[in-house]
Amino acid sequence: MAAVALKNQLNAHIASMFAAGFLDKQFQELQMLQDDGSSPGFVSEVVGLFIDDAEKITGLIAGLLDQPVVDFDKVDALVHQLKGSSASVGAQRVKLSCEQFHSYYEAKNRDGCVMALALLRNEFYDSRSKFQTMFQLEQQIEACS
Amino acid sequence: MMSCKGLGGEGSAAAAAALPHVLAVDDSSVDRAVISGILRSSKFRVTAVDSGKRALELLGSVCVIFLNLNLLLPFRLCASVLHVLPITFVLGLQEANVSMIITDYWMPEMTGYELLKKVKESSKLKGIPVVIMSSENVPTRITRCMEEGAEDFLLKPVQPSDVSRLCNRVLR
Repeated sequence: MAAVALKNQLNAHIASMFAAGFLDKQFQELQMLQDDGSSPGFVSEVVGLFIDDAEKITGLIAGLLDQPVVDFDKVDALVHQLKGSSASVGAQRVKLSCEQFHSYYEAKNRDGCVMALALLRNEFYDSRSKFQTMFQLEQQIEACS
Repeated sequence: MMSCKGLGGEGSAAAAAALPHVLAVDDSSVDRAVISGILRSSKFRVTAVDSGKRALELLGSVCVIFLNLNLLLPFRLCASVLHVLPITFVLGLQEANVSMIITDYWMPEMTGYELLKKVKESSKLKGIPVVIMSSENVPTRITRCMEEGAEDFLLKPVQPSDVSRLCNRVLR
């Protein structure tokens, strides 16, 4: 019985993530791949890699923006990389904030980039926290069966 | 250390050899995992590497020798032997038996386009279909790749339906 309640909770949580724009269709595709049985743990593996990647990249961008002379090309390359990986897992909010970052890079505007990074980090931290709740629920369900 | 997950151990070699072997090339760890997962769920053997250079090394089958040497020598000695050993002196080379290469376009040092060119220029490798993936829809880029002999061009994020459609056409 506990498993059923947890499953309902998990489904509601994921539905709310979609409704709030944290997730898009790509996540659904990956979930379906896992659900068809041949790739257990696939979603948590891929999301885990995304979280590691995003942590590393946001750290590197912060470091670059701290330099006396900002290498905007490197900043752009990193944002592009994060946009790609967020798109690949369906982390829509992170992807969108990467797209917004682009206009600040274009203007070679350090202060603008610093602000855009802060926004990006917020979206990432929110997304990460939602994903962590998702995986905790999955683990609890796993423990029940 | 090279990632050679697809080559398998002694026991499973015969069974594994029956499945088409796809070489996936992408510098993004996330995208490597996604494309590998998609391919594996369609029952392909996948080897994923992070650069064009590693892809060419695998296609040249240096990897097989690395695995064999590992049994005889401690790791550090093995690695330094490999650096010194020219590929031409490596005996008992087997084909890595790659049925298809799927590669990202934008990678540091060697782009997917450059990898495509090298594959098509090689008499040994030119028969292997090469698919390019890119997050950007640039028509001139797509045309250039197709003209160079790419089998197909997929826009990222890559979805299971894109890949199964492609593999059914190319591999079966």
